Order: sequence, then structure tokens, then C-alpha cells
Amino acid sequence: MALTLQRGSLGRQGFPRRLWSSTVGKKAVMAVTGGILLAYVVAHMVGNLTIFLGDIDGYGVFLRRLLAPVLGHGGFVWVIRVVLLLAVVLHMTAAIQLARRAARARPVGYARRPRVQGGYAARTMRWGGVIIALFVVYHLLDLTAGVLNPHGVEGQIHANVIADFQHWYVVAAYTLAVVALGLHLRHGMWSALRSLGRAPGASSVMALVVSVGITVGFLSVPYAVLFGIVR
Amino acid sequence: MLYRDGDPIADTRAPEGPLETRWERRRFSARLVNPANRRKLTIAVVGTGLAGGSAAATLGELGYNVLSFCYQDSPRRAHSIAAQGGINAAKNYAGDGDSVHRLFHDTIKGGDFRSRESNVHRLAEVSTSIIDQCVAQGVPFAREYGGLLDTRSFGGAQVSRTFYARGQTGQQLLLGAYQALARQVHAGSVRSFPRTEMLDLVVSDGRARGVVVRDLVTGEVTTHLADAVVLATGGYGNVFHLSTNAKGCNTTAIWRAHKRGALFANPCYTQIHPTCIPVSGDHQSKLTLMSESLRNDGRVWVPVEAGDSRPPDQVPESERDYYLERIYPSFGNLVPRDIASRAAKAVCDAGRGVGPGGLGVYLDFADAIARLGRDTVAARYGNLFEMYQRITDEDPYQVPMRIYPAVHYTMGGLWVDYDLRSTIPGLFVIGEANFSDHGANRLGASALMQGLADGYFVLPAVIGDYLADGPFGPVDPNAVDEAEDGVRELVSTLLTIKGDRTPESFHRELGRLMWDLCGMERSEDGLRKALERIPSLREEFWRRLKVTGTGGELNQALEKAGRVADFLELAELMCVDALHRSESCGGHFRVESQTAEGDARRDDDRFSYVAAWEFTGVGEPPMLHREQLHFEAVRPTVRSYK
Amino acid sequence: MRYRVRVWRQTGPTAKGQLVDYEIDGVTAEMSFLEMLDVLNERLQLEGDDPVAFDHDCREGICGACGVMIDGVAHGPGKATTTCQLHMRQFDPADPIVVEPWRAAPFPVLRDLVVDRTALDRVIEAGGYISTRAGAAPDAHALPVPKPDADTAFEAAACIGCGACVAACPNGSSMLFTAAKATHLGVLPQGQPERYTRARDMVETQDDLGFGGCTLTGECTAVCPKGIPLSTISRLNHDVLSAVLRSG
Repeated sequence: MALTLQRGSLGRQGFPRRLWSSTVGKKAVMAVTGGILLAYVVAHMVGNLTIFLGDIDGYGVFLRRLLAPVLGHGGFVWVIRVVLLLAVVLHMTAAIQLARRAARARPVGYARRPRVQGGYAARTMRWGGVIIALFVVYHLLDLTAGVLNPHGVEGQIHANVIADFQHWYVVAAYTLAVVALGLHLRHGMWSALRSLGRAPGASSVMALVVSVGITVGFLSVPYAVLFGIVR
Repeated sequence: MLYRDGDPIADTRAPEGPLETRWERRRFSARLVNPANRRKLTIAVVGTGLAGGSAAATLGELGYNVLSFCYQDSPRRAHSIAAQGGINAAKNYAGDGDSVHRLFHDTIKGGDFRSRESNVHRLAEVSTSIIDQCVAQGVPFAREYGGLLDTRSFGGAQVSRTFYARGQTGQQLLLGAYQALARQVHAGSVRSFPRTEMLDLVVSDGRARGVVVRDLVTGEVTTHLADAVVLATGGYGNVFHLSTNAKGCNTTAIWRAHKRGALFANPCYTQIHPTCIPVSGDHQSKLTLMSESLRNDGRVWVPVEAGDSRPPDQVPESERDYYLERIYPSFGNLVPRDIASRAAKAVCDAGRGVGPGGLGVYLDFADAIARLGRDTVAARYGNLFEMYQRITDEDPYQVPMRIYPAVHYTMGGLWVDYDLRSTIPGLFVIGEANFSDHGANRLGASALMQGLADGYFVLPAVIGDYLADGPFGPVDPNAVDEAEDGVRELVSTLLTIKGDRTPESFHRELGRLMWDLCGMERSEDGLRKALERIPSLREEFWRRLKVTGTGGELNQALEKAGRVADFLELAELMCVDALHRSESCGGHFRVESQTAEGDARRDDDRFSYVAAWEFTGVGEPPMLHREQLHFEAVRPTVRSYK
Repeated sequence: MRYRVRVWRQTGPTAKGQLVDYEIDGVTAEMSFLEMLDVLNERLQLEGDDPVAFDHDCREGICGACGVMIDGVAHGPGKATTTCQLHMRQFDPADPIVVEPWRAAPFPVLRDLVVDRTALDRVIEAGGYISTRAGAAPDAHALPVPKPDADTAFEAAACIGCGACVAACPNGSSMLFTAAKATHLGVLPQGQPERYTRARDMVETQDDLGFGGCTLTGECTAVCPKGIPLSTISRLNHDVLSAVLRSG
């Protein structure tokens, strides 16, 4: 029953490979890419809230003009999209690899296995991630490409949003995804700090405040539309 | 005939002359093996406790080719890990007048003048280096706020020289040794064989040249050849079935070496630890120790009146007998273990014991909690209190603990000389497995000290003197075959009796017999009775034993059966030794030899010797070789703690 | 009292196992859980069956040998308790008790409830020590250690290497075990020279051995008999990442 291991395998040369080959390194990558995605999510939420100021279309124009002299019209948005895509790919790849490793590490499960400690958010990280990923695909087809949007005119952000959230089932799907996002962020932020070797005492409170704030911020728009506060 | 007299034996390796410089001179005179040659020499170390683990690691560091065996699934689990209280060292960090000489003196006296001066002095000298070594390894000893090491006092000492890591000192020291061992495994100098039990010693041309082992997972019996064999397999307290030893602790390695010719010294010297949790029922599989350090702050008492069954809080102060403080005012609750144990037995025998069955005395922390506060008491003993509560379902912060003595340690073991050589050339014995340093009674916190002294410092310094003559040439293949065949035959015999009693049932019966007749108090009548009953129990074992399964698999009943078979032989030798030694000394108390007050009466004129027994056959009278003890630095006196 | 247990029986490493039901009479509240299994084993042997194999040794909660899943919880229902320190008073005779071995690929089952945990030894061998030599140490008081550091080190050093953390972890990760050792040695001044490489080497070894990666679910600390805190894992992550960043 001797367990074999190979020391100094080829995957361990140089910083990036050494980082990526280690479970701790992968979690660090997830923490950093998660941080990038969190920053985007916060900016996105703030952008969404401009709908209450009545000029979300203007906000869209503003984004496309940002750094236009350097990057060209709409260039900034594309830079962001590329960064986000990279972050998502790394984040998901690491998550999938860790999940597959976990499955290999326990090929035979327990006959009886109640929940012991891990909170709801901690346990739902993987399924929550899948829900968020599916939603992002829908969300891009809906409000970025406009393919699935009942209105679906590029640049008419306000109208597109209003068209969407007239329907209770769109709001329901959106709610599910945002709640999943909130839970994901709550454990994600707490966990990311630890994955990077930090464990500040207030981290769980902070993670809760930020994730609740983001959830409420995102949900305010569809419900405002559904209940006719924003027309 | 009980036994036959053989020739006297002597330790020929301790240098003559001043005691203080013997170890220094011996180290200088011991021949060395040059580093290039060490790689060519193989040393088999059996056992991975404090002695075996530290020896294997250190011999590996020196460059020898080391094979390390243990029956547990990992070297880190050896029973040294359970030692709670601490480790003695003559550092005098407390500035309370300690010194090497005082530790030496206390240990000789604590051992009731039945140990060798030269060995004990060396132990006291080396003690200081042990603390340095362990701190360098990262052992997290308790520290004061200034960052320096904290110490506490233990039984049999009036200075504070015991270093500790809460109630887990043994664990922390063992992990230090285990980590040093792991480092050598990684470096390739030590090969580790866990779940491997030594079942015989290979003796070729009169030298120990290897071990026959059984792989406890596959059942495979193989031989590992070596240039020297080191036994560090601990004590044999489990002969009593119920003891504070781990369930797996056994005498097999040393007993089979004994049957190969190694003399067994002072087998009757058994330490009964005074502070254990009392037995709760017939099913009980093991006794749990409560560290002796508890006696620093706990007060031992029983009701004055026999048969007083009131709960402890309803017994007024005036009706309590703090008997240790009363009888031994200068040491009080900190008298040595043998004295505390016997005193507990005496009050229980007088009908004043407490708890179910009346086999218990109180260890009360009410005064300590009032004086120091609950937090301080919790910081010192919290984990012990928790353990007690878990087992008994009683809260020692509220209700006094109930304690009773239990078998804990065996001072006897294979006879070794100053160089830790047994009477088989090439067979070294260290730690609890040998007999050398504690005489008839071991002081608290001295077992850890001896194990690590032997493993880190003494053995590595002297083993070269033997190995300098090596390599010893090819091993006689017949010797290997003979030993392996013997082991295979034993395994198959155990499996083919197919009787109607389990190994456990024999062990339980033997243990009860030994506890009743060769336990805390021994009498000629009782020992003679034991000597009649043990052979018949052994005969029954070989007739009625039932072991299921096969030898070619993981078979815990088979492992147990082999160990019980050896206990059944050892028990007889213990009783012979106890019967022949008609004096009382240390852990060996003969009812015929006591003072009017019931204290032990030693007989230096007749018994100031080490009894080293030679095996002559199962059930045959063993041969007694006496090693006279000489006292130059300390004059044997009546041991008084009053 | 009579108890019902469902115990995992498996005759060897490659054999197929299954849960088998037993009823055990004459169990008392003072009995330990392992003594209950002893009673069962005595009976099985007399009936000519193989006793249930389980690891155990000190039976006082310190050696780390024992450890089984009891009703799906590593070391059973007691808080900060090893299997050997459980007593039958903690169980309701009305409910059958399900007893299974630790489950993890690096812990193959050898027989019944016995698993091979030598993988944990491999992790320590990869660096879980301070490199010293016997006889070369300076005086113990030459190196004062601030009491808070000594206490943190002690708290982490209390790990008994039982493997409950691995058994409980949904990822089958040994991170808490490794983190305990990295913290014990990493906070002490003696442990500084090897601090980062030690952490990195132990983690890379546990990865190579097939343990899962830690996702900080906290199941490990909930069952740890010695209460090793999750903060040790943050510290380990910090040290590993520091080492990797320096590897250029």
C-alpha cells in the first residue's frame, strides 16, 4: 500500500507553473480573479443605479467614450471585456480543477453524512458558481447582444431593461442569480482573504455587509421596474 | 525449586574513579566509527517512542543506515505520547538550588537505592542538554511572560525542575523526536517500517544480527539483518491487563530477546501510579492517568470515619483526613508515587475509600480554586479536568476528583551495562525497556528524561565503540531460518488450537491475578499462589485459545494472542523475582517486610543488588545472576519523606 | 442496554465492503464506544467470525490511532473528542449507530475500519521539522520566545495526526493537518529559517499524494479533537504563497 510521490516534477519550475500546480496557488488565483470580478460587479451595480437618475443610456455612451482618444470609441469596454473574460476563465478553470481533484480524493463516499459545520454559503460555492455562470450567458444574450431581449435595440438600455422586467419570470430568474451571487460573494470574500494568507478579524462581518449591499443594489432595479417605480 | 543461582554479573564498562567525570571519560575512551564507514553499518531500532525515535533519528544524523520499526501505524503514536506531566532537568532556571548532583541524589533516593550511581549521575548530567535539544527542535514548552521557560515541581523533589507543555509534555517531546526521525527518513538515512512487529531476534555467532518481523497488514514474516539491534520497546505494565499503558504495549520484543539469552533485570519492580481514574466496571479496557502534577495544587483526602458515604461537599473539614499531609508533613501531597499509592490503598483497605466500590480517594481542588482562581487552575490543568469530566461525567471544578492507583511503569527490563549493552553482544536496550536508571521506583517526569537521554545522547555516543569492530561478516543462514521458522510455527500454532476462549479473556484473567497477587502489595503466600496458577493458566491458553482468521492478513486477534502468550511467561518470572526479593523497596512492597507504621523496610545487607535473570526454558527455574550495587557518593539511608 | 450498530466490513484492501448490522447487549453508560466494540468483538470471535478491525492504542485521546466516522461525523458526536473518549451515555439506544472508516483516496482501507494514514507521515517528512542535530543546540534560555507566540505554537502543535480533518473535509483535503504543523514551527523563532520552504514543500507533497485542495469549508475544525483553528490555514497559505512568489 505504499503511496508514491514524485518530487520536483516538471510542473514546478518557475513562478507561474509552480503557482498553478499547487492547490494553494489555484486558490490564490481564484482569490485574485474573484477580486477583479468583484470590483467589476460593484462598478456594474453602481452603473445600474444610474437608471434611478433617469439617464442610464447616457451612462452607456459615457462608458464607450471613456479613454476614446487612446483606445478608440468603445475600446475601453472591450479592454474590460477581455480582462473579465480572462478572469472568468482562470476562476472557473481553477474551480473546476479543484472540484475534480476533490472528487478524485474521495472516490468512495459515506453511507451517512449529515451537515456538520460549513455554512450554507460555503457549501453552495460550486453550484452557486454554476448558476451565476449560466445567468451570465443569458444576461449577455439579453442585455448585451439583445438577442433574448423583448425590445432588444442596441444603445436603448433603459427601454431594454424596462422590457425585461415587465415579466415576473425574468425578475424571478434575475433574483435567483443575484441571490446566488450574494451568497457566492459572501463566502468568496471571506475565503479569498484566507486563501491569500490574511485572516482579519472583521472579515466575516465585512463580507456579509458587502454581499448584502450588492444583492440589494442589483435587485433594486428589476423590482423598481416590476412595481412601476421606474418606467 | 524457585530458581537457581548463577554467577554474579558486573557492569564492566563504567569507568572507575570520580563519579562526576565518568561519562566524560567514557565518551572519550569510546572508539569512533569514521563517517565513511557508518554508511556501511546497519542498525535496527525497534520502537519509536522517546528512546527509539530519538535514537533512530540521531543515529541517522550520524550517517548510519537505520531501520526503524513500530507496531503502530505511524512512529508518532508510540505511547510516550501519553506522558502528561513533564520532564526533569537540572537546569536550575528557577534558581532554587537545583544542580546535577541534587537531581542525581533525588533520583538515587527516589529509586530506593536500587539503581547504579554511575548511570544515574550520567542521566542527571545529560538532562540539561535534552532541554536545549528539544527547544532547538521547536518543542513548545510552557513559558513565562518574559519568554523564558517555566518549570514546576513534581513528586520526590523539593525544587522546581520539571519542564512541561501543559498536560501534553510527552506528546510534544515525542513529536520533536518524530519530526527529527521524519527528517532522516526524507534524507534517506532511516527507513521506517510502521505496522511491523518484531517477533524474534537473530543471533549469529553470538551476536545480535537482525530481527524477524511480521508485517501486520499482509502477515508476511521477514528478516532484517543488521550490525546492531536496539530495542526501545517500552515496558511490560500491560501484563496487568488494566494499566495506563496503551492497549498495544507489550513485552514481546524484550521477552523474545530474553529467550535468546539477554538477562532480564528486576522484573518485579512495577510502578503503581497514585493518580488514575478509578475502575468503573468489568468491561473496562484501560485505565486513564491523571498527571501527577495535579498533586501540586490538589489535596488528597478521605473521610475520617470508615463507611462515610456522604457526598464530599457534606463532609465538614474536621471530618476529613488529608492523610498525605498528616503523615508526610515535609513533602505532603508530593511524596513519591510508591508512597502515595500505598497510602491510598491503606486508607481504602481501612474502609475509608470513596466512590463506587470504595476504591478511590479524593483529589480536591477547592482550596486551589479559592486561592488561585478558577482561571489559573484551568490554565494549569484545564485539559486534564476536561478529560476527567469526559470519562466520569463529573465536573472537577465542582466536585473533588476521585482517584485510585493503577499500574503505570515498569522499572525492570533487560539488563544493560553502562554502554546500554545487553548480555547479547550487539543488542542494545534503551528507555523503559531496560532496567538501568530508576532502581525500584521512578520519580515523576524522569521517564521522559531517561528515554531522551538514552536516545539522543548516550546510545549514539557509545554504540560506535561496539560497531568499531564491525562489519561483522555474513550472518549464518541457519540462524535466520531457525528464527523465521520459529515465528511461522508460533503463528500457525496460535491459529490452529481453535479452542473456546479469546486472547482477551486470558489477558483479563492473567491481569486480575497479577494485580491481586503481585500488585501494590506482595506476600509470600500470594506469590506462591500466583506461581501455581500462572502455569496452569498458560497450559489452558495453549489448549483453549481461539483465534479466528488467518496469518496472512491484518489480524488483530492474532497479534493480541502472541502478546498474551509472552505475558503468560513473563508473569511467572515477575512472581519469582518478587518472591525471592523478600525485602520491600520502592515499587516492590512485601507485607512481610514493613515497619510498625507500615512503611517499607529495605534490607540492604541481603538485597543491595540487581537481580538479573537468565532464561532456562518455559516453566523451568530461571538462573539468578546478581549485580552488587556500590554506593560511593550517596549513602543508602531509610528513605524518609516525613 | 442494547445497541444496534451498522459497521463497515471489508476483508482486505482490494475486497468489496458493505455495512453489516449487529445488535450488542449488555452495554452500560460508562462504557466507552471502543469498549462497546470490544464487547462485539468478543462475541464475534466466540461465534467463529472475524472481529471488527479498528485502530486504537492509548485510549486516552492523545495517540491519534483511533478514528472512525460515527453517523457521518468524524470521531462521533462529542465536541473536540477522539473516538476512544466517547462514552455510550452519549448515544441513544433507540437509533442504530452507523460506523464507517475514514474515506479518502490517500487513506486506503486496509480492513474494516482500519485505514492507511502513512500519507500524513509523508507530509511531515517533506519538511515538518526544524533541522537540528542532537548535541548541537544552544542553551535553551539563549532564545526567549514571547509567550503569545509560544501559546500559538502550542495550540497548533496539539495536533494528534488522526486524520479526522481529511475524513470530514468535503474535498478530502489534509490542509488543517499541514497547517497545524506549519503554524507550530512557523511562529517560533527557531522555525524561521525554513518557514516558507517548509510550508511549500509540505503542501506540494500533500498535493502529490492525492489529497484534495482546501476550500475553507470549515468542516475540519468542527471535528478536530484538538480544536486546531482555521486561522492556521490562512497562515499556511501566506507562507506557501510567499515561498512560491520567491521561486521566481
